[in-house]
Amino acid sequence: MTPEGQALVEAAAGLRGESLWRAALGRFSANRAAMAGVLLLVAITAFAFVAPLLSPHDMEANDWERIQIAPTTEQSHWFGTDANGRDLFVRVAAGARVSLAIGLITTLVSVVIGVLYGAIAGYAGGRTDQVMMRIVDVLYALPLFFAIIILVTVFGRNIFLVFLAIGAVEWLTIARIVRGQTLAAKQTEYVEAARSLGAPASRVVLRHIVPNVVGPVIVFSTLLVPTVILVESFLSFLGLGVQEPQTSWGLLISQGTASLDSAPWLLVIPAAFLAATMFAFNFIGDGLRDALDPRDES
Amino acid sequence: MTEPLLDVRSLTVHFPVRGRGGAVLRAVDDVSFSVGAGETLGVVGESGCGKSTLARALLGLVPVTAGSIRFAGRDYARADERSLQPLRRAVRMVFQDPLASLNPRFTVRQCVREPLDVFEPGLAARERDRQAVAMLERVGLGTAFAERYPHELSGGQNQRVSIARALVAGPRLVICDEAVSALDVSIQAQILNLLADIQRDTGIALLFISHDLSVVRHVSRHLLVLYLGRTMERGVARSVFAHPRHPYTRSLIDAVPVPDPAIERARAAAPALVGELPSPLAPPSGCVFRTRCPRASQLCGITPPPLVPAGDGAFACHHPLEDVDR
Repeated sequence: MTPEGQALVEAAAGLRGESLWRAALGRFSANRAAMAGVLLLVAITAFAFVAPLLSPHDMEANDWERIQIAPTTEQSHWFGTDANGRDLFVRVAAGARVSLAIGLITTLVSVVIGVLYGAIAGYAGGRTDQVMMRIVDVLYALPLFFAIIILVTVFGRNIFLVFLAIGAVEWLTIARIVRGQTLAAKQTEYVEAARSLGAPASRVVLRHIVPNVVGPVIVFSTLLVPTVILVESFLSFLGLGVQEPQTSWGLLISQGTASLDSAPWLLVIPAAFLAATMFAFNFIGDGLRDALDPRDES
Repeated sequence: MTEPLLDVRSLTVHFPVRGRGGAVLRAVDDVSFSVGAGETLGVVGESGCGKSTLARALLGLVPVTAGSIRFAGRDYARADERSLQPLRRAVRMVFQDPLASLNPRFTVRQCVREPLDVFEPGLAARERDRQAVAMLERVGLGTAFAERYPHELSGGQNQRVSIARALVAGPRLVICDEAVSALDVSIQAQILNLLADIQRDTGIALLFISHDLSVVRHVSRHLLVLYLGRTMERGVARSVFAHPRHPYTRSLIDAVPVPDPAIERARAAAPALVGELPSPLAPPSGCVFRTRCPRASQLCGITPPPLVPAGDGAFACHHPLEDVDR
């Protein structure tokens, strides 16, 4: 490159415009409820990882002297103990790690599969589209819990199976959303311009269509995370999810209901964490929806 | 006589219409024309006359039903995706809607660079950036615009970006599909002057598609008049404008506003073109223009008029306007 050319590019680099993503970020950070959701989520995540360092207790250690005691500062049992004398504070943190991991990883897998599948179906169109979307319809018709229960009974209880089963179902909705958006994006002049270059389909889909259709998916997926956490909680509640000594919020809640009368904190504390996480994700999802589609302001 | 750069013979594009029992939409029907290197051909006609389909067929974006598209000595009408690449590199397009034709997630530099990304993947990324930015300078947008986004630019600026994108890989023919229709009149003039400048400097040919005759007249050397996908008249722009032979061309010329109230009032008394464009799915029998033609006779409903050569051009009409030239 010539020195002048170099100078041109460098001069240009100093004058950045505001991308649609950046503009959306600006609108998002101006949304108080959404930012409160982010803070809450950060706090819960921090709790999940920091709590074990603060507490002297191990999540599997039984304190036989103090079985099912209410929250107290004595012996640092801040959230009390369960029926086996295990410290609830570290168990809630351990449950948070599992529940958040299941929620986030499963959602990520669903989004990747759903976006690619939907974009390919929509862009290919015609018979390919028909076949791909009929497969989605068929899978959609399978009852989620039924499918998961069959999987779990056939393959045994396994946390990865829970990831897989939930992810295998949740991507269907995303594929439908993305396919619809892709049909619209395919008609735009910028996609036609790219096609007129003879650009390979992979380039058109990944560079032109996907970045322009993921907005609704991002919103949907923030609402999907709490759904997945709830599904996991429900499975654990039924005894099909996470297994002892591992724990999750769902499992803690399930165990807490057993001693609702004698030790309500065993239910209330993990349930409060779960509810707070639901709120946080829903506020973030609402904020993202408003930020990514400013026309929809009401 | 040397072969023209682009030579289109009997180009026909039919779209099958679903659910109509084998009905076809004759978007472009038996259209022939040629464009010499460095020349400008204006293509005019109302909305829905097949202008855009014609442009898309030239770029291989819609399948060609019949006819040939010879470019620089090679026929591309039935070429597959891979063998279309030389044509796609040499023929670029500027689209109608300045904003919609640019990816909203791309910076201006990325938009302009894209043809190089596709055609010159071997070139270093920095070199592609440099060429894209240099082309932005060429179309009158400084480097200041390179990292901006299309939604931050005006329509005229975006159309300059579009032109830079069309030019960056060194085409020999640029198709302007209603490229100035969405712009203010003053901006239209700037863009037209820019195109004329670039044509003078680089010797590219232009295929200028528009419904606006005053724009086409400004830029074109040759003219092609389409109606419902058929050729009505073609010829040297100046003589067609001065002495149109086809009644449709006459009415299009008459529809151009003239800055003279007396003439405008006289015209208002006798509207140039009456009625709606017939459905292209059920075009009139015989001459497709006869339903709106002031000179239509019984014959026009029976036999489609053949394209009759006249001077440098040709027209398709049973009852042409008199030839004043000869």
